[in-house]
Amino acid sequence: MTDAVPPTGTGPLAKREARLAWGLLFPTLAAVSLVVILPLLAVFWISFKPVGLANLRPPTPIVREDIRGDLEAPGDAATLRYRLRNSSQDQPILGVTLSDAWPEGLEASELDPRCAIAEGRLSCDFGDWEGGAREQLRIPVTATEAYFAGPDATASDPALTGQAQNVLTSFDFTLENFAQVFDGSEFWAVLGVTLFYTVFGTLGALIMGLFAAMLLNKSFKGQGILRGLYLFPYVAPVIAVAFAWILLFDPFSGSANALLIQMGVSQGAINFFGERPLALIMVTLFEIWRYFPLSFLFILARMQSIDHDMYEAADMDGASPFQKFWYLSLPQLLGILSVLFLLRFIWTFNKFDDIFLLTGGNAGTRVLTVNVYEQAFALSNIGAGAAVAVVIFACLLLFSLFFFKVMSREEGL
Amino acid sequence: MNALRYGYVTAPVLGALWCFVIAVTVAVAMSFATGAPFRPSLILSLIWGAGIGFAALFGAVALWGAALAVAALGIVGIGPMASGDGTGLVALAVGHGALALFTALGVRKILEECRIGALTRHEFEEAVIRFLTGFGYIFFTAIVLIPFYVMVMTSLKNQAELMANPLDFSIDLTQGWGLLRSYGELMTEYGFGSYLWTSFYVSVLTVLITLAFAIPGAYAVARLRFRGQALFSRSILLIYMVPMIVLALPIYIAFSMTGLRNTIFGIVIIYPVTTIPVALYMLQGYFRGLPAEIEEAGLMDGLSRLKVIWKITLPLSLPALASVSLYVFMIAWNEFLLAFMLLDDPSKFTLTRGIASLNSSEVPRQHLMAGAVIATVPIMVLFLGLERFMTKGLTAGSVKG
Repeated sequence: MTDAVPPTGTGPLAKREARLAWGLLFPTLAAVSLVVILPLLAVFWISFKPVGLANLRPPTPIVREDIRGDLEAPGDAATLRYRLRNSSQDQPILGVTLSDAWPEGLEASELDPRCAIAEGRLSCDFGDWEGGAREQLRIPVTATEAYFAGPDATASDPALTGQAQNVLTSFDFTLENFAQVFDGSEFWAVLGVTLFYTVFGTLGALIMGLFAAMLLNKSFKGQGILRGLYLFPYVAPVIAVAFAWILLFDPFSGSANALLIQMGVSQGAINFFGERPLALIMVTLFEIWRYFPLSFLFILARMQSIDHDMYEAADMDGASPFQKFWYLSLPQLLGILSVLFLLRFIWTFNKFDDIFLLTGGNAGTRVLTVNVYEQAFALSNIGAGAAVAVVIFACLLLFSLFFFKVMSREEGL
Repeated sequence: MNALRYGYVTAPVLGALWCFVIAVTVAVAMSFATGAPFRPSLILSLIWGAGIGFAALFGAVALWGAALAVAALGIVGIGPMASGDGTGLVALAVGHGALALFTALGVRKILEECRIGALTRHEFEEAVIRFLTGFGYIFFTAIVLIPFYVMVMTSLKNQAELMANPLDFSIDLTQGWGLLRSYGELMTEYGFGSYLWTSFYVSVLTVLITLAFAIPGAYAVARLRFRGQALFSRSILLIYMVPMIVLALPIYIAFSMTGLRNTIFGIVIIYPVTTIPVALYMLQGYFRGLPAEIEEAGLMDGLSRLKVIWKITLPLSLPALASVSLYVFMIAWNEFLLAFMLLDDPSKFTLTRGIASLNSSEVPRQHLMAGAVIATVPIMVLFLGLERFMTKGLTAGSVKG
């Protein structure tokens, strides 16, 4: 007796389909891995390296060529001079060689032992250079008749070769970047600011979005216009709205200050983006203002798909409006609210532009992402910046794990 | 709570609150429009508002009478809103008239079902909700409009006027085209024409490249069966969450070393990669929703898979393609971080990078705001014109930003 076994493995048709699928996906895979996966690995690599902004350009040997003295008639003597140096102050270059076309009609009376002239070319071998090395090569020369017919002595560019070690590709590793990042109380302050910004920014945007969605959840004339209007903050370029806010809340010429003073709310000018706790609150408010449209849109879409019969039944039973909201709408919206919360939480945590434009991370608003920029470009310590980026990425992975756990239970999106 | 549910309590309380809301709104609006000093008076607005609310219980005549009285009180100087010396008579009349009018209209609407006596829970909550709704409309419209209003008006004024009275956004129409001076200067002296063009073609290229990559990819993920499909759709979402600032450092280094920094080419290869995951995610959701039977019919008729995609799937998904394109265009147009880090040469700036370069103490404020308006207007026009597609695109699985 034989058991009926369904065919295992894949048939030719399925194989063809899979091949086509991979073919269609390949360009995307290649592009994404090139620009996402590779840089991610690079960030990890750099975070263990002592790299500064100045190290990005690998040290190169540099040469300048000139002739000291006048060569006007055959028999005149002068000095052909090469001034050479290492472009880097602290990194060596190995095996430096110089090669240049030897000007026709010049006689070298005495040649540096490291150099030789053969077949109309001057070639020198300087060996290894220390960081900051400088060198002068002087070759006394006498002109002959042929010299004045030929091209200028310095017409051809000298070629220099040399091997410099690049910090980025070397195998020097250090934990100093991480030590520096985690050292001291600053890191924890940054983390605290990030969490404040993320939690309140996300919650605020959700609550505002819920409120706005309730306003527009009935059809009336002009509903479309208002919906479009409420999406403005999200659609406009961040750079435009950030500068508009800065101008609006400027301590000297800002309208908000003038308004508050005129209304008697405050006595003097308030430096909204420049004082310690206030600046953080302001950037969080900006975050809420800018992203409430998004939660509003999603919540509205969900609200409009809720079955109306339920509300009619509740009306029959004499439920009051607040009861209907609390016991009927809210439970229906819980799914989209939790998904939105998680996604927005991750995105807010990753936010860079907004805070960077508003305060540049000053006045106690430095979040992790701004810290990356600050370390890498303001302090020109790329390694430390990468170390902060690694910390961000680790947090992100943590959130994502949690996210996918919850997401598999929540439908929608 | 129960004590509130009597008409003679509910009406004055809601009336008072509403009057205060309107007083603040009108004061802000009048200040911004005329530059004259208007300020709401907390106590007086509560008192007179309560009066109007109470009057509303006795019918329309009483309500409008009360409103008229409040308007008169305002002009005399003891209304819900105080106006400083030197305010013009017209502004005064308009301000206090509008205040009384909007208070009365709102109160009438809010207290539609209210009576003097006890209210049912239903009636009471309806009244509170109508108050909150009215407040909500005013609040949201104000917070959205004020920054944009300040942006546009600032761009039409000059530094000295702004410093003299930051609240005065009235426009001197006698200047005619002179009002648009800072726009002209931006275009001629600061090269914003070329920035606009750069931003435009970079964004269009980004859209095209993104679609070219995302359409086949999304189709494969949505329709074809292959090993690792489920994992794939998840990793798209994961990649879409990697923050740009983490990638920006290595990209900066790689671009510096290969000489791609400061080139539009570099920008054009990097932008699509930030948008492909979003586009792929949005499109695959849409492709999944299309009926597979039509495609199968096409396959039966002897079309190849690629022909099926080209002739059947794509025409069917035009609305989705439109919304994805719009969304990608918006991301590319608004992009700031990469342009800021990778472009230093003013002749190659995109619009956002160009505006960032205006943010210095040497450039007058109105130029900065004019630049902001120039960047905002095209995207707004596009957005309002194609709002239907846009909102669909936004909800189709993108919480990015």
